[in-house]
Amino acid sequence: MGYIELIIGCIFVNNIVLAQFLGQCPFMGTSKKMETAVGMSMAVIFVLVMAGVITWLTYHFVLVPFSLVYLRTIAFILVIASLVQFVEMFLKKSIPGLYAGLGIFLPLITTNCAVMGACIFNVDKEYNFLQALVSSFGYAVGFGLALILFAGVRERILLARVPKPLQDTSIALVTAGVLSLTFFAFRGMV
Amino acid sequence: MAKSLTQEFTKGLWAEIPPFRLVLGLCPVLGVTTTMENGIGMGLATTFVLLGSNLIVSLLRKVIPAKVRIACFIIIIATFVIAVELLMQAFAYVLFLKLGVFIPLIVVNCIVLGRAEAFASKNGVVASIADGLGIGLGFTLSLSALGAVREILGTGTFFGIELFGASFQPFTFMVQAPGAFMALGLMLCGMNLVGSK
Repeated sequence: MGYIELIIGCIFVNNIVLAQFLGQCPFMGTSKKMETAVGMSMAVIFVLVMAGVITWLTYHFVLVPFSLVYLRTIAFILVIASLVQFVEMFLKKSIPGLYAGLGIFLPLITTNCAVMGACIFNVDKEYNFLQALVSSFGYAVGFGLALILFAGVRERILLARVPKPLQDTSIALVTAGVLSLTFFAFRGMV
Repeated sequence: MAKSLTQEFTKGLWAEIPPFRLVLGLCPVLGVTTTMENGIGMGLATTFVLLGSNLIVSLLRKVIPAKVRIACFIIIIATFVIAVELLMQAFAYVLFLKLGVFIPLIVVNCIVLGRAEAFASKNGVVASIADGLGIGLGFTLSLSALGAVREILGTGTFFGIELFGASFQPFTFMVQAPGAFMALGLMLCGMNLVGSK
């Protein structure tokens, strides 16, 4: 599979939020305002690409040679948690502007299943190193795209009159369904 | 503790039923509920992890230093997730293949970590077990309800049994991605309607 197809597939066809159902918590939780949505998207793109690369290396150079593959889950979550911690310390020290911008979203990424899920997909689908890098980037961009689109829609919903039992999460889920339907149309592309 | 054990247990079944009341852990809810069987399987796997992690966290709550508690919780949870993974590979391999990536992802399920942080790290062992069991069963209940709705509408079957005969046109939309969001949203709406009266 070519890299262009891979990246389009990861962003649109297999969109990690709307087609694979991963990362729902931040998708619902940080989409009420455009600002937080942009912050979260940036943080996810940053961390997911690094996590995808590092977990791939961990899997192929540590877990497989020592036949510890059954420890994959715990190894990946440890790698992601320490990576997030490390990135947080690094940004605080050297790029305080970006650190302030990402704020609370950085620590929250540890429990974002989009990150963990993308890392598992990379290994499960037996991608080589470059493919893993490209698909991690694609998944992260797909997450950001879905989140920002959804935040835009939700800001408009605030102005609309929604029936009482449908308010808040309920209407958000139905809206996400419509958004998912539009992404469904990309299915024939790759 | 003012609340009795029964209250700790039953609050998970209605008052704080995940994911409807606590909007957490949505990924497996949407991802695996194409059939009722998947829903029950996923729910029970999560209940097992929740029970185990609540038990261990409440036992160790005085030993774990506050600063690194989240990391400790995650390691405890991950241990139980690996146990579930290996058990399912041994005894329920077909279901394990169907649930796929969502079994290892229990480790980042916000409900499990949330209960460890909000409940088990502050309460005794027995109360934590009751809490874990209640929330876990509530989660199983919601997953199977959503699974049942989507399976009946989407494929016209219930537990794999044909319901409507050959002339039924399945509403395939419900078992695909957009239907998951809509079904959950409308069920939440229904619960709000019932709850507000």
